[in-house]
Amino acid sequence: MKARVHVMLKDGVLDPQGEAVRHALGTLGFQGVEGVRQGKVIELDLDHQDAEKAEAEVKAMCEKLLANTVIEKYTVEIA
Amino acid sequence: MRAVVITYPGSNCDRDLVRGFELAGFEVERVWHKDTDMPQNVDVVGVPGGFSYGDYLRCGAIAARSAISPAIVAHAEKGGYVLGVCNGFQVLTEMGILPGVLMRNQSLKYICRVVGLRVTTSASPFTSAYGADVVIDVPIAHHDGNYVADTDTLARLAGEDRIAFRYVDNPNGSVDDIAGILSENRRVLGMMPHPERRVEAAQGGTDGAALFRSLLAEMSVA
Repeated sequence: MKARVHVMLKDGVLDPQGEAVRHALGTLGFQGVEGVRQGKVIELDLDHQDAEKAEAEVKAMCEKLLANTVIEKYTVEIA
Repeated sequence: MRAVVITYPGSNCDRDLVRGFELAGFEVERVWHKDTDMPQNVDVVGVPGGFSYGDYLRCGAIAARSAISPAIVAHAEKGGYVLGVCNGFQVLTEMGILPGVLMRNQSLKYICRVVGLRVTTSASPFTSAYGADVVIDVPIAHHDGNYVADTDTLARLAGEDRIAFRYVDNPNGSVDDIAGILSENRRVLGMMPHPERRVEAAQGGTDGAALFRSLLAEMSVA
């Protein structure tokens, strides 16, 4: 079973890296990019059989380590 | 007085921190991150600068979950003193001992130079020997020193006089020019600048030495 975790900065937290990417895109001639937010994708290989249990565990992983919930939010996909 | 300095894989200011404590008169022991126990009768724990675990995931995130961490948290919770410098500050926020987060510098650049720091409060065991409102010169060397916290936390830090140092000329975008903060009981200090790199003349100045002297004096009274 695979899990994919998306970690993004919460809305309202300034993202200087996303801002730099947005600026670079403008420099390359891509018009109309109004905002860029940069995040992380973390893929996990799990030996779980039960998708519900896997999701609960991956959420616990996010709370404990994978995301810093002071500034980041996360979503979990189980596949 | 006894100090302990933690070493993680990737720490590179641990020996400087040992030297800072020793010059002030502390007896220092070094502790490896895989240890689970602190030596007996430790007065202060130093969490050093560097790039623990290569800054993977987030700066300080993995170090904050290492084997020695519960012992550091327990030490802080029972009222022990803790000093976190640079990566050590990041580790303490990741542990939840100090509030807020250190984000990427606003300029996105790694900054390594001496900066002016205003001692915002002298009412702390780390800053009593400076006097309030004094400006000192201390080096910074970081990529992620941009202090961020929510409005309530910032109001509480300011209201409780827990901002220990502010940048005179903000180098990294930190909110409210914050360079270092204290815990609620004022016994934990996290700061991005490196006082241990300013403790003897050969380092170009000694403005950091009073921090270690303050701490020793405070403990000798306590």
